[in-house]
Amino acid sequence: MPAYYLEALTVTLGFIILLAEAFVPAKNKSWAGLAGAIGLTAILVLTFFSIGPAAKPDAEWAKWPLWNFYQFDSLARFYKIFALLTTALVLLMAVDYRKILSRFTETPDSEEGTGEFYSLPIFACAGMMWMASAKDLAGAFVALELVTITFYILVAFMRRNVGSLEAGVKYLILGALSTGFLVYGIAWIYGSTGTMSLAALPAAIAGMENTVPLLFGIALVLVALGFKVGAFPMQMWIPDVYQGAPTPTTAFLSVGSKAAGFILLIRFLEPFLGEGSPVRAQVLTILLILAGATLLYGNLAAIPQTNFKRLLAYSSIAHAGFLILALAAWQPVTGNNVSSIEAVSFYLATYLIMTLGVFFILAQIRIHRDGEAIRDFNGLGKTNPLLALAMTVLLAALAGVPLTAGFIGKFFVFSLAATAHLWIGLGIAVVAAAAGFYYYFKTVRAIWWIDPRDEATITLPCISKVAIGTLTVLTLVFGIYPYPILELLK
Amino acid sequence: MAPAQVTLFTINPPTHIPHPTASAEHFPTFTGFCPFPHASSSLYSPCGNGFPRRRTLFPMLILLVALPILAFLAILFGAPARLTAIGAATINLILGLGSVFCWQSDAWDFSLQVLEKPAIHLAFGYMDGMSLVMVLLSVIVTLAAVLSGKAPTGSEKLYYGSSLLIAAGAIGAFASTDLFFFYAFHEMALIPTFLMIGMLGRGDRRGTAWKITIYLGLGSLVLLAGLVWLASLTGTFDLTEMKAAAGAIDPAAQKGIAALLIIGFGTLVSLFPFHSWAAPAYASAPAPTSMLHAGVLKKFGLYGMLRIAVPMVPEGLQVWLTPLLVLLLGNILWVGLVTISQKRLDALLGNSSVMHMGYIFLAIAALIAVPENKLALPAAVVLMFAHGVSIALLFGLADRIERSTGSLDLSDMGGLAKSAPGMAFLFGIAAMASIGLPGLANFSGEVLVFLSAFENYVPADGLGRVQIACILAIWGVVISAVYMLRAYRNIFQGPAVKSTEKAADLTLADHIPAVLLILALLAVGIYPNLILNLLPQ
Repeated sequence: MPAYYLEALTVTLGFIILLAEAFVPAKNKSWAGLAGAIGLTAILVLTFFSIGPAAKPDAEWAKWPLWNFYQFDSLARFYKIFALLTTALVLLMAVDYRKILSRFTETPDSEEGTGEFYSLPIFACAGMMWMASAKDLAGAFVALELVTITFYILVAFMRRNVGSLEAGVKYLILGALSTGFLVYGIAWIYGSTGTMSLAALPAAIAGMENTVPLLFGIALVLVALGFKVGAFPMQMWIPDVYQGAPTPTTAFLSVGSKAAGFILLIRFLEPFLGEGSPVRAQVLTILLILAGATLLYGNLAAIPQTNFKRLLAYSSIAHAGFLILALAAWQPVTGNNVSSIEAVSFYLATYLIMTLGVFFILAQIRIHRDGEAIRDFNGLGKTNPLLALAMTVLLAALAGVPLTAGFIGKFFVFSLAATAHLWIGLGIAVVAAAAGFYYYFKTVRAIWWIDPRDEATITLPCISKVAIGTLTVLTLVFGIYPYPILELLK
Repeated sequence: MAPAQVTLFTINPPTHIPHPTASAEHFPTFTGFCPFPHASSSLYSPCGNGFPRRRTLFPMLILLVALPILAFLAILFGAPARLTAIGAATINLILGLGSVFCWQSDAWDFSLQVLEKPAIHLAFGYMDGMSLVMVLLSVIVTLAAVLSGKAPTGSEKLYYGSSLLIAAGAIGAFASTDLFFFYAFHEMALIPTFLMIGMLGRGDRRGTAWKITIYLGLGSLVLLAGLVWLASLTGTFDLTEMKAAAGAIDPAAQKGIAALLIIGFGTLVSLFPFHSWAAPAYASAPAPTSMLHAGVLKKFGLYGMLRIAVPMVPEGLQVWLTPLLVLLLGNILWVGLVTISQKRLDALLGNSSVMHMGYIFLAIAALIAVPENKLALPAAVVLMFAHGVSIALLFGLADRIERSTGSLDLSDMGGLAKSAPGMAFLFGIAAMASIGLPGLANFSGEVLVFLSAFENYVPADGLGRVQIACILAIWGVVISAVYMLRAYRNIFQGPAVKSTEKAADLTLADHIPAVLLILALLAVGIYPNLILNLLPQ
């Protein structure tokens, strides 16, 4: 099956659910989320049977000009799977989050008008999948806008909630600004190289003498992509938007949107970081500065946080810092060590597992204890020992404790930085990881050491229970046996 | 790297020794008390040596690591906590002791590649006798720990489950032949330690637990930075290959790595001035946790110094020798004096455990100063074993005293020997071991340490820095005697007070862990070759 069917199927699924939701008079909208998740899982299975033009060069579709804009390699497959999996899990989370969502509709406690919450993520998913296949800056821009515009709606979805509205406005204004940067940057790159195709860029820049216009364009695009992934100094929106947005949207932003930003960043940077690129050294320096600043800002600003959702926002910035550091220590795929692309992809995959697990638990805490502060986790170890254990494992993984998946990701980054002799970067990463250890364990402390304010046991809905259990076990399994994820990248 | 260094850490001992069953005369023979390893040439258990190496189907070492983890899972899902823990610890002890007789066989080795680039293996094996001794220490103390304490009602799962996880982490770290899992297993054991102190500790448990969490978390990260740096220069994670490749590391990098490793491992071992987490944490922790952490897990840092720092960055360490000597004297003298002033038994024991780390660091310093030093490594290993067993015994008995009398306040006790003579006797032995009475393992260890500091000493050249440090360190023995004997007098002798006059003595069940530990102390104390013979000569 040609790979472009995947996006087509995803968009079709989105439209079907959107239309069906409009015409089916059901009061309970959970079916939309479940149908979406099942549909996305089916598409996920299909990714394994998809092929690009290289696998079947004789076919008629392989000769279409589409392939100038769209590529399908193992990296594209990996990030498509990533997007599909994230979206499916977010939809499942949304199903359990209905209770909170329906509180902020026109008629409180009815699910009237919440149906779009289950179809919009699917469109964003299609955008992310296109981003994974980006081969041309114009195509990448369109895919990115599809994701961003969908998120404008998703962030402000609880429109009777002031926090959600504020988040929506902030995201809209800063998002629009970053779009401007992106287009302007692409224009400069096109102007100085004469091409927008990423594949043609290495040849176009080889031997270039005046690289200033090109670097200006690259810097502008980095600013725009930095907005997507939450890199300093474009991280300003993250804490407020994460805190205000509905929890499933926050999870989606923090995992899906970030990963899509990173695959685009990888695709965009690859031509400039190859051997013989005249701007390689400058781009790496910019990346190192970005990484250092992001690491320090994300981790140090997270320390005083008392709201857990806001803490996760800063933690998301912090993880972006580690990921950019892996890119700054650029290591091509050939080599004895792990490559930067593998490290980033692996890190993101484990980040998906840990972060979504934590968001599943956070959504339940929000529903049962009506709060998202760290103190709302107090005494969870007494009321729900197993849930507390899962949360501890997930937080330990986010902090990078060994034998969890989070450690191996961080380990890759550290060893890449050491291989590239980025001693300052490595030093900052150690400080950052230490700070991370502090603020994640602050929540662990609340869970186990402090007495509960509310003695009631939290009863988990079936979907959340299975999801949290699976994600926790996967965190441990990939912490000891990371092979499968890396295998997927080959 | 000096060539003599390499022979000191031989992985495969000399191959000329025949199989033990081939001839009875190759069994160890009693040669009288002699702390010098070169006095005895007999190695027991060389079933791999001189014979073709056998490969059995089942890698036994992974069992030692997996059993506590499986028992933890069983407890988590409803198995009777205490019974399961004791069962797993007993089987582990039997397996561990059994392995003494064939530890050089390949049967123990296990390797599973978990990563291709860089190549990382989940690999276990006895790299040399030092690993074996540490594993033995772990299994002995684990059984004593799960037998000793009394879980608060309702927390049995957490109590015994955590102990098992700490044990699994410690055994995993000591048995790992891959740097990655060496580090990872230790870290895994820290989390249950933190949780136990925070949830079931005494006194200011939250503050204490938070302090140990932050201290050890930071220490581990500094250590990680050093290890990653080292691994990136050697290009491998296999400890044996790393050692072979480490010779090529340039001195500047060695210096940096050595500093990171000293601070990293040092924090984990409560090296002065990174020690302030230890005493309050041990005083606050429930008995099995302090037994396992002070007795076993903390030795990870020393083991790491001996396994990684000393053989791989010897020149780098030499740069830091003087600061290290000052710091270890800080442990012995400064913390020793702090220990004297303690008012509670638990705080006293916690501080004394910090203090004794100084002696082991002294042996390490002697090894750094004179790489061909044949005494220092055996000295460090014997003292690690002896200290691990004796501090576990002391913490176990202190917990028992508190359960009997409801108090550990030294100024508010006395005469316990009348109402609880059994306790008085066993605690007496433990206290004597801690002071370093001949006949108990600590004595062998400390004497070896002091002798190792004078290895290659030429009187004509005058005293070197290591010798001066050693002479000052010997005063620590006096300090130990002062605080231990005073504590003993305050608790057990003199007129009985209200809390002690009706205190219950040890039951038969209480005796088992204490006797187990005392037997280990006596055996090694009387016949230190039990350990020395396992070590590379």
